[in-house]
Amino acid sequence: MPAPIRLRELIRTIRTARTQAEEREMIQKECAAIRSSFREEDNTYRCRNVAKLLYMHMLGYPAHFGQLECLKLIASQKFTDKRIGYLGAMLLLDERQDVHLLMTNCIKNDLNHSTQYVQGLALCTLGCMGSSEMCRDLAGEVEKLLKTSNSYLRKKAALCAVHVIRKVPELMEMFLPATKNLLSEKNHGVLHTSVVLLTEMCERSPDMLTHFRKLVPQLVRILKNLIMSGYSPEHDVSGISDPFLQVRILRLLRILGKSDDDSSEAMNDILAQVATNTETSKNVGNAILYETVLTIMDIKSESGLRVLAINILGRFLLNNDKNIRYVALTSLLKTVQTDHNAVQRHRSTIVDCLKDLDVSIKRRAMELSFALVNGNNIRGMMKELLYFLDSCDPEFKADCASGVFLAAEKYAPSKRWHIDTIMRVLTTAGSYVRDDSVPNLIQLITNSVEMHAYTVQRLYKALLDDISQQPLVQVASWCIGEYGDLLVSGQCEEEEPIQVTEDEVLDVLEGLLVSNLSTPVTRGYALTAIMKLSTRFSSVNRIKKVVSIYGSSIDVELQQRAVEYNALFKKYDHMRPALLERMPIMEKTATNGPTEIVQTNGETESSALDSKHPPSITQPPNQANDLLDLLGGNDVVPVIQTTLPTKPASAGGELLDLLGDLSLSGGPTPAPAPSVPISQPPFLLDGLSSQPLFNDTAAGIPPMTAYNKNGLKIEFTFERSNPNPNISVITIHASNSTEADMTDFVFQAAVPKTFQLQLLSPSSNIVPALNQGNVTQVIRVLNPQKQQLRMRIKLTYTYKGAPVQDLAEVNNFPPQSWQ
Amino acid sequence: MMRFMLLFSRQGKLRLQKWYTATAERDKKKMVRELMQVVLARKPKMCSFLEWRDLKIVYKRYASLYFCCAVEEQDNELITLEVIHRFVELLDKYFGSVCELDIIFNFEKAYFILDEFLMGGEIQDTSKKGVLKAIEQADLLQEEDESPRSVLEEMGLA
Repeated sequence: MPAPIRLRELIRTIRTARTQAEEREMIQKECAAIRSSFREEDNTYRCRNVAKLLYMHMLGYPAHFGQLECLKLIASQKFTDKRIGYLGAMLLLDERQDVHLLMTNCIKNDLNHSTQYVQGLALCTLGCMGSSEMCRDLAGEVEKLLKTSNSYLRKKAALCAVHVIRKVPELMEMFLPATKNLLSEKNHGVLHTSVVLLTEMCERSPDMLTHFRKLVPQLVRILKNLIMSGYSPEHDVSGISDPFLQVRILRLLRILGKSDDDSSEAMNDILAQVATNTETSKNVGNAILYETVLTIMDIKSESGLRVLAINILGRFLLNNDKNIRYVALTSLLKTVQTDHNAVQRHRSTIVDCLKDLDVSIKRRAMELSFALVNGNNIRGMMKELLYFLDSCDPEFKADCASGVFLAAEKYAPSKRWHIDTIMRVLTTAGSYVRDDSVPNLIQLITNSVEMHAYTVQRLYKALLDDISQQPLVQVASWCIGEYGDLLVSGQCEEEEPIQVTEDEVLDVLEGLLVSNLSTPVTRGYALTAIMKLSTRFSSVNRIKKVVSIYGSSIDVELQQRAVEYNALFKKYDHMRPALLERMPIMEKTATNGPTEIVQTNGETESSALDSKHPPSITQPPNQANDLLDLLGGNDVVPVIQTTLPTKPASAGGELLDLLGDLSLSGGPTPAPAPSVPISQPPFLLDGLSSQPLFNDTAAGIPPMTAYNKNGLKIEFTFERSNPNPNISVITIHASNSTEADMTDFVFQAAVPKTFQLQLLSPSSNIVPALNQGNVTQVIRVLNPQKQQLRMRIKLTYTYKGAPVQDLAEVNNFPPQSWQ
Repeated sequence: MMRFMLLFSRQGKLRLQKWYTATAERDKKKMVRELMQVVLARKPKMCSFLEWRDLKIVYKRYASLYFCCAVEEQDNELITLEVIHRFVELLDKYFGSVCELDIIFNFEKAYFILDEFLMGGEIQDTSKKGVLKAIEQADLLQEEDESPRSVLEEMGLA
């Protein structure tokens, strides 16, 4: 077998291939040769073959059959073999495959090799691609090497330790002792890698962070030496001494100084020094300044230093180098929340960056501009941002449009400005706005009552120009449907009113329905708008025709709408005006999503209830309160608070006695709750919002006659309160069969201790004679213990000039009313 | 830390790839293809940084080769440009006015130099001289390997 061709020759040959197919053929041929060579277990040429394999692998061809060969090379004694073997291991082996574990023993041996370059190879391989298992096995060796005095090995061991910690964080502790004097090294390589190791440890463990805070003075000293010392040829980069080390130290200081006053103070001076003395003509100086700024902003620095940092960023913004400008914008974005005013000073420069050619810079500038918008600069900023929206790439438009809407909502100086801005966005970037903008905009327009005419006019004009942008078309058709009457009436205060006829408007809307550009959703909007105009326009016949045509539309949604609207014209024409009338002002819902809306609705519900409740309850303040006052409480407190006389009282007389009776006779007397949970009101109130105030007779619970005397008949009808099954809602119907009215009619009721009662206001105080009408009143009874309902009622009224009073007991409640 | 470094030509040919995180072969190929497309599409006047997936990409073109590094969120992009430049300087010193062909024909040496300069995505040695000296010594070792007889002969023992 002839000797396998040399690596360089192979490379040369492959490069002569003129087509992909030719290259593939050459590669296949060579792979076959290499395979047979591997099979022969040839030691001499193994290295060469693996090298060739690595080349072919880089071209994209499979090379997995060389993995074991790499391991054999690593095990060889020759340095050349090891070099290629370890390279191959790093390129071809992967921790997902078990075969990589076979390396562990070789690495272990090589870590203890007599030649430092072999040790270096082993450390490098372990530090680049060591798996967690390998790291666990070899951590001890790495730790040993971390303590060596050989700086070549020490620096590599430090980075290898970093990798071990990243793979197996629990092993961090074992490296702690070795870190003791790492920073006293003179060798910059060791210093640099040590700082990296310390950074890694501090980032991962708060305990380590606290432990290493004591290194701050030493780090400050090292940094100071780097800045103050003269020219050092070995580490110089464009006149700056070891910028890589400076940057790493600044980063470690950032982590150590964050949220720690003492450390922050200790580094204050050096940060100011670096910030002012660093040469800024080249990228390397700016790299250090950049890191310094990041550190100043993150630690607890004094305000003078912070201002210095922001000014550096401001200068960066004016730098010719676009990389520097980009980095400045990124940093300003991070600090705009905390140092808003300082960043505001650079607003005009930032806005100029919107016009930059570079995409990344534009995006950063846009984000930063939105962050800087406030009530004072809104007009100017919006002008710039809208101009940006006009001319920017499509990838920006959606975000920019959303940003404009948000900013407009927060800071709009006037309603007209707000609507104009929205119009501008819709017309320039209409197809890029997010879906949820349409309902938000509609709500905004609805609530700007005085702008309706102006808005609908502008939207109509926009529609005439262009019907391709769906969000614009949807908002416009909704508005035309809603405010079409304003449009044709030609009233508009804000600008010159346009003359448009009903037919023209309907033409436009019908045009939307048939256009290919309209999506199904848009068509739905258009159809509904046309329908709404049936109560605002006079050309109802035309509308009827359109609606009936779409009753057989293929689009199911349109068809359903059309059929329902048709029904509105035919069977339910009487309901049509009410159904299609002007929308009320909508509640502002949270813009964040369904969950929040549910919560706010819950809150608004109870607050709405609170506002609704007092009027109805305070209506009969004298009546209800009188009753309950007698019982020693208010509306919401249990009927009895004080202890009652245990002796049954004589019949007739005070209500107090009544209650005494009630509480003793019959069933168990539960101890009165000493303090009623004030949350009781919500129980009683809950039902209030979900039920109409007039009771429909609940299915199944028969009404009953509670009182019938002297021509006054009182009937009870029942309803169960749905949210709370413990509440019975009773409506009394008082009727008068005598020939004279009963005036000043007051109905009062009392219930036993275990119940709670609430009387709402009566429909009137006069019970008309001869059964001409009823007085109704709603009683709500809370019966948590499901006891048998009993009630004492007291009636007072004036009959033919004379006051009448009567008491009665109501015991004949049907079981269903209280069970 | 640096997640990976790629060197590729204007025609989209990969010349070197160093990965500092364990990634499946298939994913590596996909990422390389995607990134090459993005970087090669950039115009000359654009800035050297871009956001790609959750990483920051720092790239610079030297003659016909693109040097492209992926760094993490907290890394300093400007100093990464210096890291790239330092690597190019090392290659330049080693090969003497390096050009793409040097890297094509001596790719394994380019790897050796990179592995002496960076480890686990971090700089090992900030001294140019230090890195080059180590490479020189290792090369000597390799030479001795290849001609051990000459050493013995030198000692007059063969």
